[in-house]
Amino acid sequence: MHLPVPIEYYLALSAIMFITGVTGVLARRNAIVIFMSIELMLNSANLALVAFSTRMGNDAGQILVFFVMAVAAAEAAIGLAIVIALFRNRETVFVNDMNILKW
Amino acid sequence: MDFERIFFFATAGVAVVSGILTITRRNPVQSVLFLIVNFFCIALLYLGLHAQFLAIIQILVYAGAIMVLFLFVIMLLNLGDENTLEEKSGYRKYIAVVLAAVVLVQILTVVAGGVTGPTGTAAAGFGTVEALGETLFREYLLQFEATSVLLLAALVGVIVIAKKKVI
Amino acid sequence: METLIDIVKIVTVMGILLGVVAYVVLLERRVAAAIQNRIGPNRVGWQGLLQPLADVVKLVMKEDIVPRNAHRFLHDLAPIISISIAMTTFAVIPFGDSITLFGRTIKLQIADINIGVLYILAMTSLGVYGVTLSGWSSNSKYSLLGGLRSSAQMLSYEISMGLAVIGVIMIAGSLRLDRIVEMQSGWMWNIVLQPIGFITFTVAAFAETNRHPFDLPEAEPELVGGYHTEYSGLKFGLFFLAEYSNMVVASALITTLFLGGWQIPYAAEMGLSGNLLSVLQVGAFCAKVLLLVLFFIIVRWTIPRFRYDQLMSLGWKVMLPLAILNILATGLAILLIG
Repeated sequence: MHLPVPIEYYLALSAIMFITGVTGVLARRNAIVIFMSIELMLNSANLALVAFSTRMGNDAGQILVFFVMAVAAAEAAIGLAIVIALFRNRETVFVNDMNILKW
Repeated sequence: MDFERIFFFATAGVAVVSGILTITRRNPVQSVLFLIVNFFCIALLYLGLHAQFLAIIQILVYAGAIMVLFLFVIMLLNLGDENTLEEKSGYRKYIAVVLAAVVLVQILTVVAGGVTGPTGTAAAGFGTVEALGETLFREYLLQFEATSVLLLAALVGVIVIAKKKVI
Repeated sequence: METLIDIVKIVTVMGILLGVVAYVVLLERRVAAAIQNRIGPNRVGWQGLLQPLADVVKLVMKEDIVPRNAHRFLHDLAPIISISIAMTTFAVIPFGDSITLFGRTIKLQIADINIGVLYILAMTSLGVYGVTLSGWSSNSKYSLLGGLRSSAQMLSYEISMGLAVIGVIMIAGSLRLDRIVEMQSGWMWNIVLQPIGFITFTVAAFAETNRHPFDLPEAEPELVGGYHTEYSGLKFGLFFLAEYSNMVVASALITTLFLGGWQIPYAAEMGLSGNLLSVLQVGAFCAKVLLLVLFFIIVRWTIPRFRYDQLMSLGWKVMLPLAILNILATGLAILLIG
């Protein structure tokens, strides 16, 4: 099916956004920003899925995006609940301060 | 350059810039706002890809629900104070950027080689609610039910984790 | 030509909406006065009809105060988000069937998209940002509390609102708003078929628009002014305008989804047709919306405010199960009766 630009452009954009998310997870110490980086990565994967789905004229890719969104919603809710629980115990959202299991 | 191309490059540019700003802002509230901009750009790209239903769901679920949740938690924990947000990451930051750049170059090299594989023409009504609903509830019904169980599990888990005292 | 017609439609609808909103403020003040046995504003113009103009002038002339350490950019952005989202929601609402002008049939709806209901839900879910950001960026504890309350409240009631609409969608079999209105010809309004859906949707609409008895985000006795405590002048005016436009938009939505939209019962039997019928339909739509606005106002001045925990337990323990039961009942009815 007709794409506005060749699919490689979508894949490149998706790759750049995914790598941005990876960098965020690796470099940042704020748990909430790390969760946002994960959302960014999930979204870049979604973009690639939709681009392929349109190229092949098959809507299975869009269904998969739908499922990814459901998983992302569940993940965000659980993750933020964990952040709140940790904040209640440790008064911090920085992942390097959450070290009570280290020795 | 026709309109579709200009539209793609403008949206993609804003998406990349807002994505980078999301992970570089120190204040999480600003990160949330840039991430919302990013999600809007992706919704616009979906529109260009004839996926109108996903575009509106993207706004409804991500911008309208998930990011509100993030903002809500940030406000609840009162994380807006700039002074307490200094991060001690040191050299790790540079290693992360270098590693990410290496992976990015690798992926882009593969992508630049060109995508081969089947292309197809879509049936009429591709990307509409009706078409997606047919596929979802005929071919992927089991997976759909599994997703609802997953959401239920998440719901119960959140309540248990966030409760002050587990009885 | 099509673009020109669209622009004319947008400008007309926006203008009328803003004008109506200005006079809804006056209406609210007069009705409140009548309920409290006062006279209300009647000095500017005949019976106070120029009062909105005077209010605007006053708000524009006022000094714009930004608190110290407030986030300047977000503080400016929040009211703009509020008002623009309130306005854009109106784009998909059909306010009449179609009208023939200069040999050209014009649909009386700005944007006829096939996911109209989802568009509205998406827009209302974005409305929370204006309130939340204003609360956070003001750097004031009252604003912050108001913003927190509002985001929790709006998230909770959004769910029952979305679920309440599903019954209507199931009956119409479409997400197009013009199709939903067409299905409700004669007296087959959705309020007859979906009484529980109507009640849940209306209550959720009250909560979504932060109107009494759900105006916890700006509860004056506890929170001074809630999320817009730190706003003054034009920016406060924008919030004010957004609140009342939200009320008008919510009334228009309830009308479209449950009260038959622009449908006039027995119009065909009375021999009405053509442009006269179209004009009457627009009139019927406006009348229904105005009645609902009046209902919103009367509720505000007669019912006391909820406590916050009552609000939350109503949302999660009463509204949500009711909405889900409504979907079940609708599904059963469609299955059995067809």
